[in-house]
This record gives sequence, C-alpha cells and structure tokens, in this order.
Amino acid sequence: MLIEAHSLAVARGGVTVLAGLTFAVAPGAALSLRGPNGAGKTTLLRTLAGLQPPAAGRVTLAPDTVAYAAHADGLKSSLTVAENLAFWAAIFGCRDIDRAVQALDLSLLARRPAGELSAGQKRRLGLARLLVTGRPVWLLDEPTVSLDAASVSLFAGVIRRHLAGGGAAIIASHVDLALPEARVLELAPYRVRALARDGFDEAFL
Amino acid sequence: MGPGMRALLLRDLRLAVRSGGGFGLGLAFFLILSVLVPLGVGADGVVLGRIAPGILWVGALLACLLSLDRIFALDHEDGSLDLLAISPVPLEGVVAVKALAHWLVTGLPLTLMAPGLGVLLNLGPSAYGWLVVSLLLGTPTLSLVGAFGAALTVGVRRGGLLLSLLVLPLYIPTLIFGAEVVRRGAEGMALATPLALLAAISLGAAALLPFASAAALRVNLR
Amino acid sequence: MSIWKYANPKRFIEATTRVLPWLVALTALALAVGLVWGFFFTPDDFRQGSTVKIIYLHVPAAMMAINAWIMMLATSLIWIVRRHHVSALAAKAAAPIGLAFTLVALATGALWGQPMWGTWWAWDPRLTSFLILALFYLGYITLWSAVEDPDTAADLTAILCLVGSVFALLSRYAVNLWNQGLHQEASLSLDAEKNVADVFWLPLLVCIAGFVLLFVTLVLVRTQTEIRARRLQALLARERVA
Repeated sequence: MLIEAHSLAVARGGVTVLAGLTFAVAPGAALSLRGPNGAGKTTLLRTLAGLQPPAAGRVTLAPDTVAYAAHADGLKSSLTVAENLAFWAAIFGCRDIDRAVQALDLSLLARRPAGELSAGQKRRLGLARLLVTGRPVWLLDEPTVSLDAASVSLFAGVIRRHLAGGGAAIIASHVDLALPEARVLELAPYRVRALARDGFDEAFL
Repeated sequence: MGPGMRALLLRDLRLAVRSGGGFGLGLAFFLILSVLVPLGVGADGVVLGRIAPGILWVGALLACLLSLDRIFALDHEDGSLDLLAISPVPLEGVVAVKALAHWLVTGLPLTLMAPGLGVLLNLGPSAYGWLVVSLLLGTPTLSLVGAFGAALTVGVRRGGLLLSLLVLPLYIPTLIFGAEVVRRGAEGMALATPLALLAAISLGAAALLPFASAAALRVNLR
Repeated sequence: MSIWKYANPKRFIEATTRVLPWLVALTALALAVGLVWGFFFTPDDFRQGSTVKIIYLHVPAAMMAINAWIMMLATSLIWIVRRHHVSALAAKAAAPIGLAFTLVALATGALWGQPMWGTWWAWDPRLTSFLILALFYLGYITLWSAVEDPDTAADLTAILCLVGSVFALLSRYAVNLWNQGLHQEASLSLDAEKNVADVFWLPLLVCIAGFVLLFVTLVLVRTQTEIRARRLQALLARERVA
C-alpha cells in the first residue's frame, strides 16, 4: 500500500468535518473522492499531504511520497513556463523537465511567461509540476477546473501512465475524468453532523 | 546549501529583479528619508552630523520593513508555500533562504547606499567605515527577524500594519547597538562591545530564528 | 491529584469560583492596609518630601509589569508542551493586565519624576525599558486579536512570547549600554529600595503583596471570561450546524 488512512477524522478551523475514514490505495490504483461542496475534500487532501494534523486516527505513508496539486497552481507569473517547471524540479531533486513539458503539451509555450497563459494553460502547467516531483502518490484537488475536453483527456492519459508506472492518485473532482478503474469513495456517509470542536470545547458540550 | 535551497534562492532573486517594485522601493524610501530629515531639522551641519548615525540606522530599518510582508505573502497566495512545505527542503531551510534573499535585495543594497547618504547628513569622516561594518553585521538580523514576523502574520488579512507592530520592538537591540557603533566611530571612542553584541545577535538570530519562523509557518498553513 | 486536573475548563471554573471571593477580600484588605499605612502613617522623606509616597503604587506596579510577562512566558510554554487550553487563555488574559501595570508604572514614574528631576520624562535606561516592555505587550495583544482561529492564535502568540522574551531581555541590556554611551550615570537612581528605611519598607511589602493578589484575582476573572467566551463560540457553532 502506498497510502493508508485508519479511522481518520479531519478538521477544518478546529471543527471536525469528516470522521471514521478508513481506506488504502495500492500502487497502480486511483481513488476518486465524491461529495458536495464543503464536504471536506480539500481538508482531507491537505491532511493526507501532511499539511495539517488529523483530528483523530492516522495516515500511514512513507516520507516524501506525496505530491499535492491544490486549487492554486503555485506559479510565478514573471517566470517562464520552463523556469517555473525547472524550479519545482530542482526543489524536488529532479533534473528532467522535458517529459513533463511534452506530457502536457506545453512545448510551444515553454518560453512564455506564466502570467501570459490562459487559465487552462496555467492549469496544465500546474499539473505538469506533478511529473517533475517524481513522487508516487498524487493528491489532486479539482484538477480539471478550467481545462477543455481535449486537455481533460490528455490529463487522464497522464494519470493512467502514472498508475501504470506504479504510482497512485487520490482525486477530488466533479468532472468525470474517464478513469473507469478509479474506485469511488462517497464522502457523504462520513460527514460529521453534530459538530463539536474537538478536545477543549467538548468539555462544555 | 543543497540544490533545492539554491534553486529557491535563485528564484527569489530572479523574481525580485523581474517584478521590481517592492524591493527597489525600500532604497528610494531610504534616500527620500535622508533628504527629508535635513529639511525638517535644519541645515546646521553640527546638528546633522550628530544625529546622522541614528537617522541612517532608523532609515535602514524602516526601509527594510517596507518589503517584509512580501517574504511569504506572495508564496502563500499562489499556493507555492503549501508545495514548499511538503517538498524535501526543510521548512527551516526555506525560511533561512528567503531571509537571505531578502537581505541580498534590501539589506545589502541599503548598506552600500548608506555612505552616500552619510555625506548628505554630514556624517563624521571617521564613521563611514563603521557605518558600513555595522550595517553589514546588523541588517541580516533585520531580515531574519522580519521573516519571523512575516511567518507569524502570513495568514492574517492585511497583516502589514500588524507586522510592523510585531517586528519593530524586536528591532530595538539591533538598532541600539548598530547606531552606537557608528556614533562611537564618529567620536573616535572604543566600540568593541556594541560591535561584538551586534554580531552576536546576528549569529544567534541566524541560528535560532528560522526554527521559530518555521514553527509559525506550520501553524499558519494547517 | 496533580495540578493538571485544573486544565479541564469546567473544573478550573468551579475551583476558581470557590476561591475568588476570598481572594477579592484579601486583595482589598492588603491594598487598603498597605496604601493607607504608606500614604498617611509614614513620615515624609527628608529629601523628597511627601512625593516619595508614590513608591507605594510605583514600585509594586513596576514589579508586576515584569512578573506578568514572566507568567505569560510560563503559561505559553505549558501550552506549547502540554496543549492545555486554559493555560493559553490565562496567558491571553494576563497580557492586558500586564500592559495596565506597565502604564501605571510609567505614569506614576512621570508624576514622581516631575517634582524630583524637573521633567516628566527622561530617557533613563529603566524608564526606557518599561516603554519598550509596553510595546511588546501591545504587539502580543494585537496578534491575539488579529488571528481568528483560537488555537492558531494561541500557537502564534506563544511563539511570539518566547522569541519576544529573548529580545526584551536583549533590549534591557542594550538600553543600559546606550545610555552610558550618551550621558554620565543617571544622578538620581530610581532604585528606591536601596535607600529606603524600615518605616517605608514594611508598608511597601504589604502593597507589593496587595498588587500580587490583585494580579492573581484579575487573571483568574479574565481567564474565566475567556473560557466562557470560548464556550459561547462552541455553542453558537453547534447551533449553526444543527
């Protein structure tokens, strides 16, 4: 297993939103998170990425295995496409950006400043960043936002190749990515209804 | 310094050069302040010469303050900070590199610019060397403490004013020792004590503050 | 039973509610005895006249201004290490009280300085460091109020308190060096204890005890208030969701 969650609970702003989540994702597998807005998809992904501590339970994964693509792409508008990618490649200790440039069809844009790209092109650049991290577990938060149909299928191909290479992906998306092999996890049953702040405030309630 | 940290340093320097604005503004502010003070205080060379060390140090400190909120806020807004936090580069290293980048584009230019402004303020001839030395030893602390303040306020909307309120009291020891070195230099007095203390604060800040800043950043990211 | 059981907010409120009436009475008694004794039943100083009597406010306020910060440092450390919310809230509660004591010390110092030195304010190292202390309190309080999430605010202010303590200490030494560099030694020492005679000393001790009790009382009341405010927030959050 690349990443496992054991009776995991996640909290947003100190309030537990999801509880009792147990799942595991093996190499080559994808997990698709489903749930309405505010269900806690982003919070869950941030917890899995280690950006915030779990409210309860635990996440098991080897260190330095996750790459996280958030709503924000982490791009600098005054740097070119190639410079943006080269920076993240250097941060994650990877030298080669050509594969990522070709995979997301960015070759013609490589010398353009990121600030001049359209929203969809920026998104593609943000996703290309996943490839230069060289990390096996991808956590994708609404990856298809502002992508056109052609780019969505391009990206689905990238994910499929990543899975075939032994990677794993956890995807929160409204749009169907045409990944029939992805297991679907409905978050609705895990939502915490009667919310209480954990720990301290429980002493009152 | 690992390749990741070097890449971060180069990126920050490149961004500072390309986007201009913020950092050059600090230098312009330093210049304007040194012009305004004589206009307000009067043209008496003796008075100006006496207050020059303090004015130059206070000016450098305020000029440094102007660009502090850019250290983390931009990376926070565009999501880079989240990605840096899960990258192999330790967050303490990120803080240290960003403070270094801030010093290279503000503290160092301010130091090089200060003697020129000393002429405007009629600084005593024996003080120029000490002015440069004291700024060289003291401005790294300004960037490190500033990075700490920026890390504390990165999640706060319109944190700029709060940032100055938090950071300025922390600047007091550096300001006192720095200006004291220049003042004693101008009067030809012994200045080993404040100089040593100024250097000690910089070394201590470089060794310890990145840990406090990284802790604050982690709290703000979660 | 360890003292950590009072880290539970309910038990803290129960216990402190039982103690508070006694504490209030004791505070009032100590302050009344100390101040009346000091103001009306001590002789005038041969050199300073009756102005010397302001030490009964000035010295205890100055001591508590520093002690309040030390208490905040201790409770911040407890919060960082043991994550007891009551501890963080006690630090939050103590800050405005500490600031108030600092301002009282500065104001009474000015009132005392005017007839003695002929000036309301001098950049004496001691005065200056209290002014700097007030700035540290101000920054700490502002950071608490600027951060919305209470646990985030507790963490950030605790870190600030730790780092601030080091820099406050550095500032104290810096100010000493800075003033020596400019002037000769201050000709009038503010250190009243050195030349205070027994007749002044005993009521001063009672006043100091009174100020310590006043500080403890105020901190307990304010911590209770903070706990209740948190409870209100929690109840409202539950209401919104249900």
